[in-house]
Amino acid sequence: MSITGIQFLVFLPLAAAAIAGLSNKAFGSVFPKVVTTAALFVSGAIAWTIFIAYQGGAEPMVAPVFTWMKSDALDVAWALRVDSLTAVMLVVITSVSALVHLYSWGYMDEDPDQPRFFAYLSLFTFAMLMLVTANNLVQMFFGWEGVGLASYLLIGFWFKKPSANAAAIKAFVVNRVGDLGFMLGIFGTFLVFGTVSIPDILHRAPEMAGSTIGFLGYRFDTMTLLCLLLFVGAMGKSAQLGLHTWLPDAMEGPTPVSALIHAATMVTAGVFMVCRLSPMFETSPTALHFVTFIGAATCFFAATVGTVQNDIKRVIAYSTCSQLGYMFFAAGCGLFGGAMFHLFTHAFFKALLFLGAGSVIHAMHHEQDMRFYGGLWKKIPITFVTMTLGTLAITGVGIEDVFGFAGFYSKDAIIEAAYASGATPAFWVGVFVALLTSFYSWRLVFLTFFGAPRWAGSEHIQHAVHDAHGHDHAHDAHHDEHASAEGAGHDDADPHHAAHMPATGTGGYHPHESPWVILIPLIVLSVGAVFAGWWFHGIFIDAAANQTYWHGAVAFSKELAEAMEGLHWEVKQAASIAMLLGLAISWLCYIVYPRFPATFAAQFEMLYKFLLNKWYFDEIYHVIFVKPAFWIGRLFWKGGDEGTIDRFGPNGSAVVVRLGSVIAGRLQSGYVYTYAFVMLIGLTAAVTWVLA
Amino acid sequence: MIGVEHFLIVSAILFTLGVLGIFLNRKNLIVILMAIELILLSVNINLVAFSQALGDLVGQVFAMFVLTVAAGEAAIGLAILVIYFRGRGSIAVDDVNRMKG
Repeated sequence: MSITGIQFLVFLPLAAAAIAGLSNKAFGSVFPKVVTTAALFVSGAIAWTIFIAYQGGAEPMVAPVFTWMKSDALDVAWALRVDSLTAVMLVVITSVSALVHLYSWGYMDEDPDQPRFFAYLSLFTFAMLMLVTANNLVQMFFGWEGVGLASYLLIGFWFKKPSANAAAIKAFVVNRVGDLGFMLGIFGTFLVFGTVSIPDILHRAPEMAGSTIGFLGYRFDTMTLLCLLLFVGAMGKSAQLGLHTWLPDAMEGPTPVSALIHAATMVTAGVFMVCRLSPMFETSPTALHFVTFIGAATCFFAATVGTVQNDIKRVIAYSTCSQLGYMFFAAGCGLFGGAMFHLFTHAFFKALLFLGAGSVIHAMHHEQDMRFYGGLWKKIPITFVTMTLGTLAITGVGIEDVFGFAGFYSKDAIIEAAYASGATPAFWVGVFVALLTSFYSWRLVFLTFFGAPRWAGSEHIQHAVHDAHGHDHAHDAHHDEHASAEGAGHDDADPHHAAHMPATGTGGYHPHESPWVILIPLIVLSVGAVFAGWWFHGIFIDAAANQTYWHGAVAFSKELAEAMEGLHWEVKQAASIAMLLGLAISWLCYIVYPRFPATFAAQFEMLYKFLLNKWYFDEIYHVIFVKPAFWIGRLFWKGGDEGTIDRFGPNGSAVVVRLGSVIAGRLQSGYVYTYAFVMLIGLTAAVTWVLA
Repeated sequence: MIGVEHFLIVSAILFTLGVLGIFLNRKNLIVILMAIELILLSVNINLVAFSQALGDLVGQVFAMFVLTVAAGEAAIGLAILVIYFRGRGSIAVDDVNRMKG
């Protein structure tokens, strides 16, 4: 691994984005697709070599790029920092991004704007790489905003859909709230430490523990305040409770985008940031408690909402939100390595689930409502197998000391850490959420792949069948014209089509397995989802992990790691038991007694509505924030701008000029004698003036 | 004895009549031309009177020039009026207001 390697890795996607985005339409869509995808695969290969080098114990390094700003104490340089923490992120970002690029070849096949799409994807990848390689907070903020921009562009990719535009704006605005916190955090850090360089800050953070700082007229503990402000930024980007509302709406974007940005990479930026600054957070127990609390609350909230959603992508979106909560409460408990480990495994299985959902949506002609799926496993077997593997991974199936899917190692470690660190409420939340996770994940699988087909009710499917119907018809008629006399073919065709009508519930629709460009990423990711936990848990979370892998890149507590080793088996098995319970409930509800969920929803209508409407967060925000904002906006617009500035400014002077010209116009009577009279008066006045 | 002041009085009366003739006249443009002529004549009287009183012939020569110019002006003015009448069918003062703003 060399310095040029990391620079190549980071800037290749940027170059690819520029080529794809700026290349003339004359090149067609294949050229930009080839350039971006190839660039990402090259970056991915380099990232794996770096990651393997760090497993071998490579030293952290900083590759300078150039000076950005230098003003007295403020010295901001572009530099690419690589250590074992960054290496994990590099692998996650470039691998998932490369696979998503490949997947998009199939998924976006019919879209007319493919060069733009691929350019945005590559641009996003660059910004994300910039974020994780940042050596100072300002550069991290650059990447932070860059991914926000790319996210905005990609959510609103189908800009003709009003809902997509609204979702894009919502994501952008909600993230601004978090960014305000992040910016205040950066300013505060500079104020306290006099530098924005991350290594310097982390080195000096312990000295500042216990000091106080004035903020908004009160005295606060310095480190607590800084950590909380920075964490607000993380909450916005990682969709934590309170600032999570944009994430489910972001599902308006194309599915590959959801997989890359809103599952595997961008939303984990907050977790990454907390881990990167972990020595700083370690100095403030209050901040860590807050992180744990928010993480656990989000984890619980999102999981409960996920259990009742019907849109396949929304279920996975809430699942993402919930898993991000797990990562934060791992960080809050002090298990930063575990947070990164869950981030790592989550990237594989969640990207897999999203891309699998995309494949299902593709097969079901853009129908996203799971109520209209069912019985698909025979029709799209590869998608079914890979998604099931993803579900096994997310629910954490595994047997201690033998083998487990990815989530088994990472999620169980988090739950155990919660117990070992003494955060018992967080432990119980974690266990209960493991049950919910298992329930909604299996619910998704059962509703989609098992049971009787319920496709007939879907409008999308009806359209699809109707179109195919029309095609067949034209086709048949066309043949008939050649083959025989008119009319005969129609009689043949009609009963044939009539036989398709409902009864079986398929609506006459035949789902097809997706093309190989879609299936290959699924297969690769399912390999990751199956083996990532088993292969890597040793280096990420063992008691010896700090010696074998992290080397101080994240804060590491030896006591916590040892406490986790010595837990009772009940604690160790709690998550697995919860998982099995969730699976059993889901199996009973959606396979054995398919009528039960509807009865349950009718019985507990209040609860069901509460969950279905996402705890009414959007409605409350609408009343508290959106409406007053509109009101203030209207006040300034109508009262301030139009009523005051316009009225007395440009419009006022226009009125004065118009009145003046009317008066002046009146003087122009057109009668010669008036002019003569005025001339006389003028003359008289002039003469008087001269003579007097 | 009739002195120069009497001439000046007559001249002033004529001048005033001429000016009033322009302003108060609502009939037709020929009257305005005549009024202008009246103003010029009153000026001539002034010139001749002062020429006589001061013993300087230049004043009378000047009066001759003024008469000549007035004749020319009257000729041109009348010609314009004739053309105007052909075009507009009226030379009433109140109809001539195409320069109204």
